[in-house]
Amino acid sequence: MDTPMIETRALRKAFGSTTVLTGVDLAVPRGQVLGLLGPNGAGKTTTVEVLSTLLRPDGGSATVAGHDVVREPGRVREAISLTGQYAAVDELLTGRENLRLMARLAHLPRAAGRARGEELLGLFDLGDAADRLVRTYSGGMRRRLDLAVGLLTRPAVLFLDEPTTGLDPRSRSDLWAVIRDVVAQGATVLLTTQYLDEADALADRVAVLDHGRVIAQGTAAELKRQVGAAHVELQLADGRTERVATDASVPDVRRILADVETRRLPVESWRVAVPTLDDVFLTLTGRPADTASPSGDPAADDGAALLAREAS
Amino acid sequence: MTTTALAPARATTRPPAGGWALQDTAAMIGRSLRRSLRTPDTLIMGIALPVILMLLFVYVFGGAIQTGQAAYVDYVVPGIVLLCAGYGAATTAVSVASDMTGGLMNRFRTLPVRPVAALTGHVVESVVRNAVSTTLVVGVAYAAGFRPTAGPGEWLAVAGLVLLYVLALTWTAVCIGIVSSGPEAANGFTFAIMFLPYVSSAFVPPESMPRVLEWVATYQPVTPVTDTVRAWLVGAPGGQPLVALAWCAGLLVVARLTAAWLFRRRATR
Repeated sequence: MDTPMIETRALRKAFGSTTVLTGVDLAVPRGQVLGLLGPNGAGKTTTVEVLSTLLRPDGGSATVAGHDVVREPGRVREAISLTGQYAAVDELLTGRENLRLMARLAHLPRAAGRARGEELLGLFDLGDAADRLVRTYSGGMRRRLDLAVGLLTRPAVLFLDEPTTGLDPRSRSDLWAVIRDVVAQGATVLLTTQYLDEADALADRVAVLDHGRVIAQGTAAELKRQVGAAHVELQLADGRTERVATDASVPDVRRILADVETRRLPVESWRVAVPTLDDVFLTLTGRPADTASPSGDPAADDGAALLAREAS
Repeated sequence: MTTTALAPARATTRPPAGGWALQDTAAMIGRSLRRSLRTPDTLIMGIALPVILMLLFVYVFGGAIQTGQAAYVDYVVPGIVLLCAGYGAATTAVSVASDMTGGLMNRFRTLPVRPVAALTGHVVESVVRNAVSTTLVVGVAYAAGFRPTAGPGEWLAVAGLVLLYVLALTWTAVCIGIVSSGPEAANGFTFAIMFLPYVSSAFVPPESMPRVLEWVATYQPVTPVTDTVRAWLVGAPGGQPLVALAWCAGLLVVARLTAAWLFRRRATR
């Protein structure tokens, strides 16, 4: 059995007195996508920064592609690519120039680097914009170029830190398609996201991070099962909502709706509600995923973590 | 998509003799020079500001300033050249700050590259840009009646001292760029450096200032550098080449080491 391509054990990190990671255990087998899910300040970006050798952990261990991130950062860097929340491309260069610069810095042979750059421009639908300055690019184009730059060296491990945050739905689904292609070619991916549907769509397994700790791990289906069964939700004319449990099969839903008709319930609308990862988060933490953690807990507060980072 | 297009199989190249450092630095210098060409406003400002000040001082205030020399233009131009070089060097803080805060530095740091090469790229760009702007400013000065008496040896000495001055201030600007919270904050530094020449011998003799300011003007680096450049260019008295060199070399060494330390500290949080 292969050793995991990404593995952390009891990973800890604090900025000054602000603890951000309190003990993270993760394992991603080769060729799989792990979705790291959590609200702002849960420690997602810090985890990625430790794994991509940008941050030194305070305790625990982390290996990427079999190399320890603290002892062999050079070997780790050869195996990875990081696409962060901010597109890491030079605004004052063109798309093509960005790819050429990064190919040079990645020490690809000149001709091979150029060919690879042209290939990626085509694959990411940036051919027409290749000679325009990046500062004229849309948000979606920037992210695509950013990802293209990351793929120049054909990395075995990809870190995608909130790759679609701030993108419009169209650019988002374009980027998803590209990520799926990369995964289909065998890359191992750690994807952080606040969007539950994104983890649902892209990830083989999901780890839910809260207060710097993994509070649940499994496939999206397994996590949803923890929350409970699907149900038919009936919105009644008098404002009440009624829920009827179902296995979500066609005959069962038909039976429930037939029952509604015979009882002549004043139904305004209805839907089959399958538990989402939102429900999972709510069940696991007692609060919805899109609310920031309660203040008074500095570890969970993005602003506090940032400040502590600046001060350290 | 084809299988070869995205398949994870890393192509590695054998490092050239002497390692990658030279090639990496060359790539970064190329990057910074390209950026420079795409932001001509930095160069234009770096020329326009000193030229306007020069014309203002030569034609408006100059007549009222007693310098003990025949023509005020010959007195003020060396100071203008240093003001030009200082301002040009200071703008490097903005480039460095935008690299540090924009995520690009993180990308460099995940590449098998010494990210300090990015800083070197900015410094070399600053030297090239300042060579262009100071040459043009001297040209305008000539049109305004500046008549240096320097021979080739003196011109060479002036070029060398100004280069050292630019390097020292650029590395100082790099430090500011690393610690500042963003390009806007770093921009403030360029104005701070603009004010240094005012309280020096650049525009008026320090002896004409109140005692406290005279003391500041006498013991800050711009004065010995200006006096030395002036002595070499127009044969004015008061050149202190050793003091000027010591200031520039000392500042350069301190700023270079501080930049490396700050950069490492920020890199290994």
